Amino acid sequence: MSGAPVIRVSGIRKTYGDTVAVDEVSFEVPRGQIFGLIGPNGAGKTTTMECVEGLRKPDQGRIEVFGLDPIKHAHALQRRIGVQLQEAQLQKRIKVWEAVDLWASLFDATVDAEGLLDQLGLSDKRNAWFMTLSGGQKQRLFIALALINDPELVFLDELTTGLDPQARHTIWGLVRDIAARGKTVFLTTHLMEEAERLCDHVAIIDHGRIIDHDTPAGLVTRHCPQRSVFVSTTHPDAAARFDALASVDSVTTVGDQLTIRGRGDDLVTETIHCLSEHGMRVTAFRTEEPTLEDVFLTLTGRSVRE
Amino acid sequence: MTPMPVLATLRGLLKLTWLEIKVFVREPMGLIGNVVIPVGIFVVLGRAVGSRLGDLTSGFATQMRVGLPVFGAIFIAINTVLSLVAIIAIYREGGILKRLRATPLSPITILVAHVLVKLMFTAVTVTVMVLVGRRYYPAGTDVPVVSFTFAMLLSTWSILSLGFIIASLVRTARFAPPLGSLVLYSMLPFCGLFRPIDTFPDGMQIVARALPLTPAVSLLSGIWQGNPWSAHLDDVAALVVVFAVCTLIASRVFRWE
Repeated sequence: MSGAPVIRVSGIRKTYGDTVAVDEVSFEVPRGQIFGLIGPNGAGKTTTMECVEGLRKPDQGRIEVFGLDPIKHAHALQRRIGVQLQEAQLQKRIKVWEAVDLWASLFDATVDAEGLLDQLGLSDKRNAWFMTLSGGQKQRLFIALALINDPELVFLDELTTGLDPQARHTIWGLVRDIAARGKTVFLTTHLMEEAERLCDHVAIIDHGRIIDHDTPAGLVTRHCPQRSVFVSTTHPDAAARFDALASVDSVTTVGDQLTIRGRGDDLVTETIHCLSEHGMRVTAFRTEEPTLEDVFLTLTGRSVRE
Repeated sequence: MTPMPVLATLRGLLKLTWLEIKVFVREPMGLIGNVVIPVGIFVVLGRAVGSRLGDLTSGFATQMRVGLPVFGAIFIAINTVLSLVAIIAIYREGGILKRLRATPLSPITILVAHVLVKLMFTAVTVTVMVLVGRRYYPAGTDVPVVSFTFAMLLSTWSILSLGFIIASLVRTARFAPPLGSLVLYSMLPFCGLFRPIDTFPDGMQIVARALPLTPAVSLLSGIWQGNPWSAHLDDVAALVVVFAVCTLIASRVFRWE
């Protein structure tokens, strides 16, 4: 599934005056994965990413990208990485094709610029000024700039922040395309849904420290193993029957609606089996899986949005 | 550290410079403020007093004949520096500088591109001004346009380095033009433009001679009057020193974001 790590971060610390932005942060990003650094705003995501990109120098710790030091070997690395920065802007009156052309001129080997614009749905905007683009179009242009040198590793910092849901879904599709072409993606997001949909592996960062990391499913299983099944039935013995199931922890009844909480992969199967076995007439059936949102709440006691 | 190949750097510099020229021309206010207004003011002033100068032999006439174009040149130089300060502040605030820095373009290349663009527009403005101004100046004042433009570029280049320090000190784009104007315009009365420096009190003379605008004024006046460059080596040296010192300070305090 994964190769040798392309990014190795060990024990980095970065302070701004008295504020500790990042403390003792260590992680690895395996080749070919979409890796997400997730957490609330101000948690240290961007600082960490910019240290890895070589834009900032950590006060302590060690970073290797492709085995190279991001600051000492900045130029050697720039050929192999593509960077999209959070809240970046371009000259208001630069045209889309001019930006891509400028970026292309900085590298010896590039992908076909027109093809790239086409892929990102920007072909009809190639002569538009940057200031006239929508938020989603700007982000797609920044993705184009990040991909122009056909990088092996792509950095995406808060790529969909401020975009409407439709633009967000378009961008998610593009990120999956990048990964499908064998590139490694390192992204940051404060949107747990985004991390859950895109990332193979996530590290949760809060107050400058990484509090856990795993696959999204792994984190959910470890920290929020309990899942729920909602059943609407008028069957008199329903609650008792469900309560007797091995994987069920608790059953609560409100009117004819039952909430069955339990753990393990068999919970849903057992519930359905129980329904059919006892011939219960069901008018509604819904399951609910815990999400990374719940994991964050469990780990920090706060919602990621607070 | 593996350096970026010279060729790619040059290609990036040319591309960026050309791009910044196009972007600048697309902004109507920039073009009006930097080219149209200085030339316009010069023409208006020239019309008002220039045609009468031919009859006068007084010191006033000389003052106007030399002082006005030099004032115009200094005005353009200050304008150029202010627009550089503004653009750097805007680019920094908008994250454009940071976005460019995260590319193989070296930070120096980005700044050099801006300086080139500013110098190019300075050259255009000053050339237009001199050519237009010729109409209002009587025969005999055959102005060395090429030399004057070159002196103008040297002066602007030197004062631009002061602009980088100002651009480093301002926190937001909103305060960049006021602070720049304050610093640059407050030098105007003391740089020998309106009153020869020799006529200042001793203490003031030392201050006046230390101002970066002073050698610029001296060089521009001399060249406009037809002095050879060799007579102004001290001014040229002073401008180079101003550039070196300001660039050194700017490189220490410059902020990209």
